[in-house]
Amino acid sequence: MRATYVLKRLLQIIPTFIAVMVIVFLLVRLLPGDPASAILGDRATPEIIERTKRELGLDRPIPVQFLLFAERLLHGDLGESSSLKVPVLRLVAERLPVTLFLTVYAAVLGVILAVPLAVLAAVRRNTWVDSLIRGIFQVGLSLPVFYVALQFLTLLGAKLAWFPIGGYGEGLGGHLYHLFLPALTLGFNLAAILLRTLRSAILEVLTAEYVEFARSKGLKSAVVMSRHVLRNAMISTVTLLGLNVGALIGGAVITESVFAIPGVGRLMIDAIFGRDYPVIQGLTLVFAVLVSLVFLVTDLVHARLDPRVEHA
Amino acid sequence: MSAAESVLRVRDLDVRIPTPRGELHAVRGVNFDLRPGEVLGLVGESGSGKSVTLRALLGLHRKPVRVTGEVTYGGHNLVGMPERKLRDVRGAQISMIFQEPMTALNPVLTIGEQIRENLREHRGVTGRAALARATELLDLVGIPSAATRLADYPHQFSGGMRQRAMIAIALASEPRVLLADEPTTALDVTIQDQILRLLLRLREQLGMSVVLVTHDLGVVAQTCDRVAVMYAGRLVETAGVTDLFRQPRHAYTLGLLRSLPDAGAHRRPLRPITGSPPDLRDAPRGCAFFPRCAFGTDACLGAEPPLVPLSGERATACVHHAQLPAVGEVLV
Repeated sequence: MRATYVLKRLLQIIPTFIAVMVIVFLLVRLLPGDPASAILGDRATPEIIERTKRELGLDRPIPVQFLLFAERLLHGDLGESSSLKVPVLRLVAERLPVTLFLTVYAAVLGVILAVPLAVLAAVRRNTWVDSLIRGIFQVGLSLPVFYVALQFLTLLGAKLAWFPIGGYGEGLGGHLYHLFLPALTLGFNLAAILLRTLRSAILEVLTAEYVEFARSKGLKSAVVMSRHVLRNAMISTVTLLGLNVGALIGGAVITESVFAIPGVGRLMIDAIFGRDYPVIQGLTLVFAVLVSLVFLVTDLVHARLDPRVEHA
Repeated sequence: MSAAESVLRVRDLDVRIPTPRGELHAVRGVNFDLRPGEVLGLVGESGSGKSVTLRALLGLHRKPVRVTGEVTYGGHNLVGMPERKLRDVRGAQISMIFQEPMTALNPVLTIGEQIRENLREHRGVTGRAALARATELLDLVGIPSAATRLADYPHQFSGGMRQRAMIAIALASEPRVLLADEPTTALDVTIQDQILRLLLRLREQLGMSVVLVTHDLGVVAQTCDRVAVMYAGRLVETAGVTDLFRQPRHAYTLGLLRSLPDAGAHRRPLRPITGSPPDLRDAPRGCAFFPRCAFGTDACLGAEPPLVPLSGERATACVHHAQLPAVGEVLV
């Protein structure tokens, strides 16, 4: 039952993939400028530009270019970067783990921040504790990510020098240390979103009769909170978490620029400035697949948390 | 009756609920005793304070609700007892079941898990032993193929089975007292009958006492040994169940009985009690039932009439209890 559901969902990614493929192929070609001029610079003569275009296959009609692109894709080939002259797949393989690490790190920090604080805010609702927690995250939510990133950098990175101001580090410990500030930036933003939903979900569940029944059984408050309240309150929050993690993968662009992290976000920016069509196309497709997978995992977790959900 | 005889002794129970429009004095000076093995019915309209009373017995009200008075169980007053100590009573000595099993059972935990967490907490029973005990409990409440149904979630049970499962959860640690808050109201009549029989059987088998909150006098007649009638947060009449139905001694009880459809041969028009209960944000002047009462006189005003003992086991708070007609008698 579950296996067929997963298979069905995986197959549903294919049409998404094709749509994204067509759209991104056309969109990059709408960008002003072209790869040849971007590679060769201002001083290139029209003849050299023409020759480079021919080499890159950009002189052919657009439908032909698309068919070639699609054919290579079917063979698992994303093409070669026009500026770096390396296979796009290799670039992605080098950079993607960094971005994924950052995304998961941010999501974990976000959940670690949001869950206990949401419980505290809900239990102490309408007291100064509640107001303080909600106030801090409300401010956090209304500030742009790059601004929060710069504040963390200035304070914790430059002034206090507790954390490095950029880079990726070596080994798991190094990654965790180097990526702490960017992950905190993204995690803080995520926590702000989760906190609001989770707090009101907890408040709602607290009034449920099954919570009173659980209390009437003489269970410890911590057990009532974790088994009965949080388990139910998390159901709606998990979907929100999934949507936002999906957005984080694509949104890594800004954070990776501010913190000089060698992830796919940076690669994407460089590719856009360099009009590197194959890299832009390849990355967009990779993002599309990743986001689809995140949503699938979200739905599976959701079904796991809520037995009433039927895989339809 | 002496205090030693009773399992649960309630004295001067008061519950005050703050609301935006003033404090609601929901339960006002309730006294009663629950004897070993008896089923005591707590009867009244919606909003009369029955459920609030029941929750106060187990200390389930949370701030800002204020509960005062005495609820004596096993020589200790449960009112004001710290949560930590109350937890040893809740679910182990005194359990509670609710009206709507669909909302009172946790939707994301299996029935088995919800039974076993009680066993773990109070009996320290886990693993295979807990599983065996949980199966035994589902069996006890009459759920077929108990062992396999432990893995089911509440939504996979029918309404009646869900109520049985809730009873099994509540009885896991063999409490001496079961508080039942309208346990059959959400069920259809045939299932209702089965659940009431089940409760009576379990009372015999486990030697429990039961406080049964209901607004349904049919349920009272079928199940209860004694009845306490509640109106506007106070007990207005207590009596043995046969005495109460034969001759009510409070105008409100009489009104309740007269508003009951009669399944008997001769039909008579129903007489609903007109009006609605008073708003308990303001203390009533005199008898709280006075504005709706057909027998009221000036004697009912002044101080609120206290619950006074009559002959036998009865007590009433009605000034005119001696003048009340029988249930079937036609009013002039």
